[in-house]
Amino acid sequence: MSKNSEYLIERENKQYEVIIGLEVHAQVTSESKLFSQSSTKFGAEPNTQVSLVDAAFPGMLPVINEFCIEQAIKTGIGLKAKINKKSVFDRKNYFYADLPQGYQISQYKYPIVGEGKVILDMPNGQKEIGIERLHLEQDAGKSIHDIDPNNTLVDLNRSGVALMEIVSKPDLRSPDEVNVYIKKLRSIMRYLGTCDGNMQEGSLRADVNVSVRLKGETEFGTRCEIKNVNSIKFMQMAIISEANRQIDLLEEGKEIDQETRLFDTKRNETRSMRSKEDAHDYRYFPDPDLLPLEISQELIEKIKSDIPELPDEKKKRFIDKFNLSPYEATILVSDIETSNFFEEVIKNSDVKLATNWITGELFAVLNEKNLEISQSPVSAKNLSKLINLIKDGTISGKIAKTVFEQMIDGDKDPLIIVKEKGLKQESDPKAIEELINKVIENNSDKVAEYKSGKDKLFGFFVGQAMKESKGKGNPQLINKILKEKLNG
Amino acid sequence: MSDITSQSLFELISNIKEKKLSSEEITKAFINRAEKSKKLNVYVTDNFEKAIDQSKKFDSNPNFDLKLPGIPIAVKDLFCTNGVRTTAGSKILNNFVPTYESTVTQNLWSQGAILLGKLNCDEFAMGSSNETSFFGNVQNPVGENLVPGGSSGGSSAAVAANLTPVTIGTDTGGSIRQPASFTGTVGLKPTYGSCSRYGIVAFASSLDQAGPMTKNVRDCSMLLEVISSFDQKDSTSIDYKRNNYSKELSKDIKGKKIGIPKEYRVDNMPDEIEHLWKNGISYAKDCGAEIIDISLPHTNYALPTYYIVAPAEASSNLARYDGVKYGFRSPGQNLIEMYEKTRSEGFGDEVKRRIMIGTYVLSSGYYDAYYLKAQKVRQLIKKDFDDAFSKVDAILTPSTPSSAFKIGEKTNDPVSMYLNDIFTVPINLAGLPGISIPAGKDKNNYPLGLQVIGKPFDEQNILNISYALEDKINFKNDISDWWLSE
Repeated sequence: MSKNSEYLIERENKQYEVIIGLEVHAQVTSESKLFSQSSTKFGAEPNTQVSLVDAAFPGMLPVINEFCIEQAIKTGIGLKAKINKKSVFDRKNYFYADLPQGYQISQYKYPIVGEGKVILDMPNGQKEIGIERLHLEQDAGKSIHDIDPNNTLVDLNRSGVALMEIVSKPDLRSPDEVNVYIKKLRSIMRYLGTCDGNMQEGSLRADVNVSVRLKGETEFGTRCEIKNVNSIKFMQMAIISEANRQIDLLEEGKEIDQETRLFDTKRNETRSMRSKEDAHDYRYFPDPDLLPLEISQELIEKIKSDIPELPDEKKKRFIDKFNLSPYEATILVSDIETSNFFEEVIKNSDVKLATNWITGELFAVLNEKNLEISQSPVSAKNLSKLINLIKDGTISGKIAKTVFEQMIDGDKDPLIIVKEKGLKQESDPKAIEELINKVIENNSDKVAEYKSGKDKLFGFFVGQAMKESKGKGNPQLINKILKEKLNG
Repeated sequence: MSDITSQSLFELISNIKEKKLSSEEITKAFINRAEKSKKLNVYVTDNFEKAIDQSKKFDSNPNFDLKLPGIPIAVKDLFCTNGVRTTAGSKILNNFVPTYESTVTQNLWSQGAILLGKLNCDEFAMGSSNETSFFGNVQNPVGENLVPGGSSGGSSAAVAANLTPVTIGTDTGGSIRQPASFTGTVGLKPTYGSCSRYGIVAFASSLDQAGPMTKNVRDCSMLLEVISSFDQKDSTSIDYKRNNYSKELSKDIKGKKIGIPKEYRVDNMPDEIEHLWKNGISYAKDCGAEIIDISLPHTNYALPTYYIVAPAEASSNLARYDGVKYGFRSPGQNLIEMYEKTRSEGFGDEVKRRIMIGTYVLSSGYYDAYYLKAQKVRQLIKKDFDDAFSKVDAILTPSTPSSAFKIGEKTNDPVSMYLNDIFTVPINLAGLPGISIPAGKDKNNYPLGLQVIGKPFDEQNILNISYALEDKINFKNDISDWWLSE
């Protein structure tokens, strides 16, 4: 990365670098929980998706949901990571009202997935972010403090839902990189179908580790962990606020305490939650109810063979095969739904036009209406029809925009719109010649000016001819015939 | 026909099948005797009314193909029983009624057995004398003010006192075999993974195992046959072919190699235990077995290892009893206060002691020195047995270092109480099957037991050896019914 794109925080001719590591908690896409058969469906009535195991009744035992194991392996492969053939489930012991067992089953010393990497496409080139590990763990329930004035209520629907904790190396250096990293991680998992990445529903949240150091230093500073941040925007705000807090302390000659902090989104500042001295002693030990998890090479191979094309590979293919620019390819592969839409459109239509229309008009509409591409008001089928109408000269690009506007309302077929509204392009040379004659007749003064050397007026004649054709005239034909007439 | 309640399981089964007795007659006989035996305090919760209904139901449409046709059975109150209060001997579960059934008890009912009630035990199975139960101590029918052993003390007393034909207990460090030894009954702890732990209130998950407690070896073989099963609901349950233990039971142990571990000759062991062991050895020889001296060099470390591993697991297993979801709750001003009050008032001293030990040995800074080291030693103890079993088919030891002691005698000395488990604990650490059979009496006429230890999944072999020894020993429990009231 070039020097001038570095994210540095300035203080009186000093420059501070910000070091960021993320622990992302991604909910595994799975019908049932990690150690029980209860449903994981979001938004159900409180405590309706709770088994005896989830509520930790006496004598209840966890039984591994093998699908969740496969999902974790799949994600590991997507992160180009080492899959550990033997891993261990540990108990992380602490008391809380929404933790029915009094411990969370997690993986501590021996996670299911080891080191891997994620490639970020930054504006000035690629950057590799190291993955330290990925491990499986249970989610806790939810404590609700604002319904009953005297009691805390507990909803255990989430209790026992499978999470993947994906721990990055401290390789991130700016809020922008965090943004791209989270989106890339989300994109990979959505391609794999291992996490839906839905941040509103809490499927993706992160603990953010932040430290600062003077530019040029090689040692890391003391870090603080900001717990449970649930949107990219808040992560970025938290990082900026926390980095500045730490730098202020250093500037005042004070030390930074290693501690766990919370981000107050309203005040845009982090607050101390507990210091290192008050850190919980989780008394991790291997869960005696579960045998060590052993994964066969056959299973890994089988999962590998089912791995779909991932964003990095797809991007390369789009560039090589379709001649897209890296920028266009990055946009089109960023989300599996987008790339699927794109590939659907280009099945029957021109790649270049499809790229422009999707990244241009369609994205504009989606942004405006705040929709995902999966909710696109124009289907891939109809968009490819529209593109074909442009390509074969039935309508001009300009008319196409009018047609597109009308397609949005109920995914109308562009062929029908063109027919009903009579928007078909006029490509009959005789008809074009007629209307050009009319334009020349009505503007004899301008013709004289043109002929005396005022070349710039050519555009005026094109505009007039287009106007005369009510926008339907074939622009190439108008150009051609106008030139013949005026220059002839 | 002898008195109904003094009959063995096999006698009762054949009397039922031959229609000499009905399930109702048998059930009522045990209930009547229980009504007169309250002094023993074996029941925490009885199920008498429902049991009579079920026995009538059985008699109206009997299925004699079942292995336990219409047989009433009381079980240790550590097994969750659907609709019947399950306390684990603790105040903290005083009001807990499960909506589900443990796999092991389900196996009993599926073979025609009927639940008589829930038997007293040490709180969360932590104890060797049944004195830690919230529901009071149990009297050993062998003698007044004598402990019945623990933690399955209600179970051992109930079998010895003819209050249930057979029962099931759980054994984490000797909780089936030691009380069997103290009451002159038979108790078997199966191989870890033989009986499902699903629905059993957990004490120490890597050691807990359910097993039969009976009057004789043959009944024991039948009960094991019924309760042992592979269960997908328990990830540590093992899928292997189980024998038809009662059908394959045989006294022919000619040529079997039986190991005698020198390390079990502990300091200050009473002469009568030494004598009992020698007798056992000579009986085994009489049966044609070959006696081989063996060494289990890490035996001395078994007890300290156990008292790190078991409390560590217990401290975590018992975290769920927090007053939030079920069971006893003592209200507080806030969550922490509620936890503190609930757990202070809900647990007894021994349970608290072990939670504290367990919490300590898992704490950061101590984990490596205690828990991790204990796990390593556990592997060495297991290896001792593996090595020994390359030379022998089974191992013969005393079950306990003494006979039953007086109620209150050891309550203020936990370490001396823990020493009771010295011969039984290594077997749990190694995950092996072990059986205690009555083999003699001490100077007070209190029963003493011998333990036969087998290879993993080799229950049939230790049952056969016990069956042969039982025949030679010809033990007769001398119980006077001193507790009976009118």
